[in-house]
Amino acid sequence: MTPELGQLALILALFLALAQSVLPLIGAWRGNRALMAVARPAATGQAVFVALAFVILVSAFLRFDFSVQYVADNSNLQLPWYYRIAAVWGAHEGSMLLWVLILNVWTVALTLFSRRLPDAFLARVLGVLGIISTGFLCFILFTSNPFARLLPMPPDGADLNPVLQDPGMTFHPPVLYMGYVGFSVAFAFSIAALLGGSMEQSWVRWARPWTNAAWGFLSCGIVAGSWWAYAELGWGGWWFWDPVENASFMPWLVGVALIHAQAVTEKRGSLRAWTILLSLFAFSLSLLGTFLVRSGILTSVHAFASDPRRGTFILGFLAVVVGGSLLLYALRAPKVAGGKAFALVSRESAILIGNLMFTVAAAMVMLGTLFPLLGDALNLGKISVGPPYFGLLFPLLMLPVVLLLPFGPYLRWGNSEAPVLKQVLVRAAIAAAACAVIAAFFVQGQLKAIAGVAGAVWVGVGVVLYIVKRWRDMSRGRRYPAEMAGMLLAHFGVAVFLIGVMLSESLSVTRDVRLSPGQVATVGGYEFRFDGVSQTTGPNWTAEQGVVTVTRNGAPVAVMHPQKRTYAHEQVQTTSAIDPGITRDIYVALGEPMDPNHVSGAWALRLYTKPFVRWIWGGGLFMMLGGFVSAADRRFRVKREVEATQAVTATLQESQA
Amino acid sequence: MAKLLRTAVLLLVTFAGIAAAQAIDPLPFRDHAEELRFQHLTSELRCLVCQDENLADSNADFARDLRHKVFELMQQGKNDAQIKQYLVDRYSDFVLYDPPVNHRTWLLWFGPLLILIAGALVVANTIRKRSRSGAPAAAAPTENGDDW
Amino acid sequence: MSRLLPFFAFMLLAALLGFGIWWNSAHDPTAVPSPLINKPAPDFALPMLDTPAKTVSKQSLLGKPYLVNVFASWCFACGEEHPVLMAESKDLGVPLIGYDYKDDPQDAKAWLAQHGNPYDMVIADTSGHTAIDFGVYGAPETFLIDGKGVIRYKRIGPLTPEVIAQQLKPAIEALQKEAP
Repeated sequence: MTPELGQLALILALFLALAQSVLPLIGAWRGNRALMAVARPAATGQAVFVALAFVILVSAFLRFDFSVQYVADNSNLQLPWYYRIAAVWGAHEGSMLLWVLILNVWTVALTLFSRRLPDAFLARVLGVLGIISTGFLCFILFTSNPFARLLPMPPDGADLNPVLQDPGMTFHPPVLYMGYVGFSVAFAFSIAALLGGSMEQSWVRWARPWTNAAWGFLSCGIVAGSWWAYAELGWGGWWFWDPVENASFMPWLVGVALIHAQAVTEKRGSLRAWTILLSLFAFSLSLLGTFLVRSGILTSVHAFASDPRRGTFILGFLAVVVGGSLLLYALRAPKVAGGKAFALVSRESAILIGNLMFTVAAAMVMLGTLFPLLGDALNLGKISVGPPYFGLLFPLLMLPVVLLLPFGPYLRWGNSEAPVLKQVLVRAAIAAAACAVIAAFFVQGQLKAIAGVAGAVWVGVGVVLYIVKRWRDMSRGRRYPAEMAGMLLAHFGVAVFLIGVMLSESLSVTRDVRLSPGQVATVGGYEFRFDGVSQTTGPNWTAEQGVVTVTRNGAPVAVMHPQKRTYAHEQVQTTSAIDPGITRDIYVALGEPMDPNHVSGAWALRLYTKPFVRWIWGGGLFMMLGGFVSAADRRFRVKREVEATQAVTATLQESQA
Repeated sequence: MAKLLRTAVLLLVTFAGIAAAQAIDPLPFRDHAEELRFQHLTSELRCLVCQDENLADSNADFARDLRHKVFELMQQGKNDAQIKQYLVDRYSDFVLYDPPVNHRTWLLWFGPLLILIAGALVVANTIRKRSRSGAPAAAAPTENGDDW
Repeated sequence: MSRLLPFFAFMLLAALLGFGIWWNSAHDPTAVPSPLINKPAPDFALPMLDTPAKTVSKQSLLGKPYLVNVFASWCFACGEEHPVLMAESKDLGVPLIGYDYKDDPQDAKAWLAQHGNPYDMVIADTSGHTAIDFGVYGAPETFLIDGKGVIRYKRIGPLTPEVIAQQLKPAIEALQKEAP
């Protein structure tokens, strides 16, 4: 299969995407069933051709086809086959193709699982997704063609950046994109609702499982990226508030607000305009993230090589899609507040406050990320904004959320009675205080650690109390609807995450040491004995491998093998050794020999003990699970003829009003 | 142009690669407290020649030079503020990951608070309007899942 | 009306991002402007490259403006800048001092022997410590220092004929008008 076939497939996909965009939208506008019916087959056809193009690119990598520029830039003859597949999304052009592929995956899923949606509505949703796809396919074909040729063909390629040759890095982009791109479904639903003009609340019910699933994927993708950075980069860090990290975090924060706002709108009919606006924001932030990563306007370790032409294209696309959607919102969003009323002490209020904090947090992250650019624009000088800024403001903004969290399930819709809440408050507070006091004895008075324990117990006990309450109050089979179970899992994940963050940040110990073979250094209660360095090889690298024996009070704990690998073109990659544990990670990175000519002598090493660091990702995974479990609730899939009639009535009434 | 960029990136990576793992740099600290202070300071200072890394974690040669300078200044008895000022005098505010609070950065530091206040007013207004529309109708059984 | 707020906020954002793209293509995004412009140059005392026994200090250079060009044999861009210096250094009207940055003296001497020596004198900062006082973070960089020892202009990156004509020469002329 020649690469030009891949390009042809993309061109055909583009035509089908255009058909998918234009025809169904016109059909929905005019009530033309034939045009509306174009949506599904056009979407399916587009997906087939995009998948074909993707497969052709994968096969080019597998066959070492260095006549394709992108393959030559990102692989070589020594690269193992699994990393050759990962190399497909290792740089700009291929990752854009992955983006479009995943957009098609969501689109096809939508065509398969939405038989119950009214035709006009589905036509609009697929039409909007088609517009997005058209934009990206144009971007790929006109500025970022992965199938461009490199002639004469070189005998060997460059290499995949060694930092990307890791299972975490293989997994992270596809899962992350599933999340990023998945928010396009909620976006399309909102646009369809705005276009259709019918503001009945049932469309939010259809949107909820898709949004929850996308958010679950995004959570997993962010966790994967963070874990990979920790394992691969060698400096024991798991989050740096780097612009590209922030680009994925902003949609996640707005996503949290969105999934809760959707719950309110679906069940109570209120906050309709706000929910629509949030879905527009979430996907807009996904697109913004795509722009930031590839335009080169922000300095980041992650950024793809930049090109002003590409930046301008994406910005134009962003302006049309986001600007257009926000204009549509201004014109068509419900002006009159609908739905049921609610008091100050109610679940709606709590969710509203939570929404406020998450939205402000997203705005804060955006401000911090873009401020250096603003500084250039307003001639304020060159300013850096880093972890000290974000690390101060983010926890402050999340504090009210953590405080409110245990009350969430106990608060009733509309109006809530105080006694039950008081009971939760007292029990959770006592548990938190007790655990904080106990923790104080173990953590040498580190305030952050104590606060972390208190916060986690506060949230965790709230979740457990509710689980027990439901067990007692309800009969078997009706205790934990999937939607509720997902909520409990995700909230529990918050508690787990808090332990991970607060304890590892405050109790980690790091030391740079110089050790000769046989010497021992003590860090965090563990003894590290350096046992020298030897040479090893791998499929496409050679390495100097150190041996470090770790003991605790004499009892053996682990033997660790940190490496310094040399890949093709003399690229060196430090591969740290990690001994994972539930209550702590032990982490060793190999530095430089003290005397380069005397490799069997003393070496510099960086030794870490990191208590509870795995709980950070554990918490994230609980949140991901919560998103998926909620999405699976039968209630979202049950057909309701009653609701369809109500929808028609509501539309007629609104159009007559 | 793209070719040049690619070559430059390759050279940068190669050079950085050869000088890899220099961030691991045992220094003769007097005690653990001093080591902690050094780690904290260098984590808040930016490596100017890197793509968004702090001094503590950067492999760059220049980062090593600055780390040694920070260590030297610590040995001379300078406090954190003096050390940061020393570097800012030579490399501008860009070297600080903790942006200073001054008239140029007030938007950065107080912007989120302003947004929070504005949002809180909107939320308060919404709750006020909603709670005024009378007590919510007695819960007729719905299938919206609002029974819990 | 408040419904239009998100739209206008986004348009502002888009304008900022558009500015970012333009700025990036017109400027070197990695350049850090020096806070030492119009501030006194640091006191320095560095050995000469050829005769390490002799030291050149800030005191010894006071009285007339001069240029300091930070270079090194390992510096790729310095190799690009070098022909420009060879061609134009004599026309500048001020002494050009080479500042050998974090370099092995043997390598530096060999490099100058191979590529030519446009400098009136060359001083060596092997450790790079003094360079920190100048706010140097890479090579090549060029400083214009006036007769009183104040830094008046800094170029980050290689000197090109355009930069020399449009920025450096006017700065030198302005200085020479100042001098009594």
